[in-house]
Amino acid sequence: MAELSSRPERRISPLHWAIFAAALALLIALPFLAKAFGSPASIGLATRILIYAIAAASLNIALGYGGMVSFGHAAFFGLGAYVTGILYHHFISGDPLFGVITGSNALLVTLPAAILVTGVMAAIIGALSLRTSGVQFIMITLAFAQMLFFFFAALKIYGGDDGLIIRRRNTLFDLNLRDDTTFYFLCLGLTLVVFFLKARIVGSRFGRVLEGIRQNERRMAIFGLSPYAYKLVAFAISGMGAGLAGALMANYLRFVSPDMLHWTKSGELMIMVILGGVGTLFGPLFGAGALVLLETVLAGWTEHWQIVLGPILLAIVLFRSDARALLARAFGRRAA
Amino acid sequence: MALILEQLLNGLQLGVTLFLLAAGLTLVFGIMGVINLAHGSLYMIGAYAGALLAAQTGSFVLAFLGGLLAAGLAGMLIEFLVLRKLYARDHLDQVLATFALILTVNQAAVILFGRRPLFVDIPPWLNGSVSLGLFNYPIYRLSIIALGLVVAVALALFITRTRIGMLVRAGATHRDMVRALGVDIRMLYTVIFGLGALLAGLAGVMAGPLLAVQVGMGEQILILTFVVVVIGGLGSVRGAFFGALLVGMVDTSMRAFLPGLFRQLMPGPEADALGAGIASMGVYLLMALVLLIRPKGLFPAHG
Repeated sequence: MAELSSRPERRISPLHWAIFAAALALLIALPFLAKAFGSPASIGLATRILIYAIAAASLNIALGYGGMVSFGHAAFFGLGAYVTGILYHHFISGDPLFGVITGSNALLVTLPAAILVTGVMAAIIGALSLRTSGVQFIMITLAFAQMLFFFFAALKIYGGDDGLIIRRRNTLFDLNLRDDTTFYFLCLGLTLVVFFLKARIVGSRFGRVLEGIRQNERRMAIFGLSPYAYKLVAFAISGMGAGLAGALMANYLRFVSPDMLHWTKSGELMIMVILGGVGTLFGPLFGAGALVLLETVLAGWTEHWQIVLGPILLAIVLFRSDARALLARAFGRRAA
Repeated sequence: MALILEQLLNGLQLGVTLFLLAAGLTLVFGIMGVINLAHGSLYMIGAYAGALLAAQTGSFVLAFLGGLLAAGLAGMLIEFLVLRKLYARDHLDQVLATFALILTVNQAAVILFGRRPLFVDIPPWLNGSVSLGLFNYPIYRLSIIALGLVVAVALALFITRTRIGMLVRAGATHRDMVRALGVDIRMLYTVIFGLGALLAGLAGVMAGPLLAVQVGMGEQILILTFVVVVIGGLGSVRGAFFGALLVGMVDTSMRAFLPGLFRQLMPGPEADALGAGIASMGVYLLMALVLLIRPKGLFPAHG
């Protein structure tokens, strides 16, 4: 046990730090560069990348570190968005939700609310889904996500299929979040917080146990640790992060719709994790960037961009281990 | 009473359609250990091929055979090009690769046939309805039920009475042992996958005249199929059968009766919306309930 709790430091190589520092510098400079080069739209693009990076990083806690292949994380993403949208709806209309909860447009209320609600929902879905494993777990998380999708699509008071419009972004102190650059920096700050927390979680005793469970569940059970409890907590944390991302996306788009819970969104989040590297700290940031940019470029090129994206993804999945082996041979060791 | 019986028959009809899909999905998983999201695409391919052939030739029989053929060929192509590389991979890779396949197939369907749904006429010799004592019921739906049940029986005989069926059963429980005994596992894989694709295509062709044939129809039913497989027990064909009937009946009857029940408690439009909403969640709640009691499903396959 001493070994487990002594928290072995997860070494991050100087190269990784250098890449991270360069990426951070680029992200901070980005809005100014965008304005200087006369392309303010790329600020919005970068905001979306950051928000998806938060969602993918959260999914990675369950998928990469916990070995739980969740095909339903769009549910938490969309739920977080709907919490924001519904609170705003009641803030405008003035009548409280369920007669007791007053609406709000303050980010300091809506974000924690979104995280709390998605955390509870993830705990419920996780508690049921984790009774199974493997392929059944994939199917069940997908099915529960679909259930929430239908729920919101049928929820006529909040727009049903058409979704819910948020006229103005939430407020935070005296910041002008309607300004895209300010909102971008808010998302950047939260992204850093999320990645910092993720690093702390992964490096903690909890993270090590989770890693151990992923490698061999029975071994951990013999140590007297309950795999179910650890996995459930990890799944709930993972859902909370996705909920946070959803709340931010609702603010960014100023719109919430059942589409945010669509099962293809869950697939996209998984692809971001894969592209960036399963079970890596900063990977999801790069994965999110790669997929959003790829989609944007392809969508600008043809309306039928999925016919290009599909085969690209297929090739990546089928040949990525070969590519990694090639890289490893080139650099003399396993990449990432 | 007549209404309830009629809805039960509708549920049975949805149930056998789900069974055709679930049987293939659960066999492919049971034998090869592969989760194939693109199973719904085979259903869609069957439906499209049937709809196009019906429109071109006007013959339902040709459309029927064409749909089966198209789905079977597409299935073998997918197995040969993609899935064969995935047998040894983890489930994550399988999910992503077949997800990519869905994106590709769906978009190809949009490019080839557009977003407008296609409609298929019920062939004249199956049109009309027949009296079942208390009520009249469409012949076409009745023949779907009959054909579905016949296929279920045939599949059961195939699995329990033939040599390939024996290998299927053996493969589902002790895959590595079958391989070690020198069975040509590749051939078995292709046969099983082709069979699953045929069944999916059959479901698609039969659903054509009842539904709009359009992009996305495959995923809609695929997710219901997942529910069936989870409820029935992964890898078990018997579980797929009873799970499919259960899901079909529960889904249909909740959609039919819940709005009416709610209308006695609250005003009409709200009741309809709430009833429809809860009805569409119904099968997922059923799944949650089954998981609470029997995490491995109602008829778990061994091992």
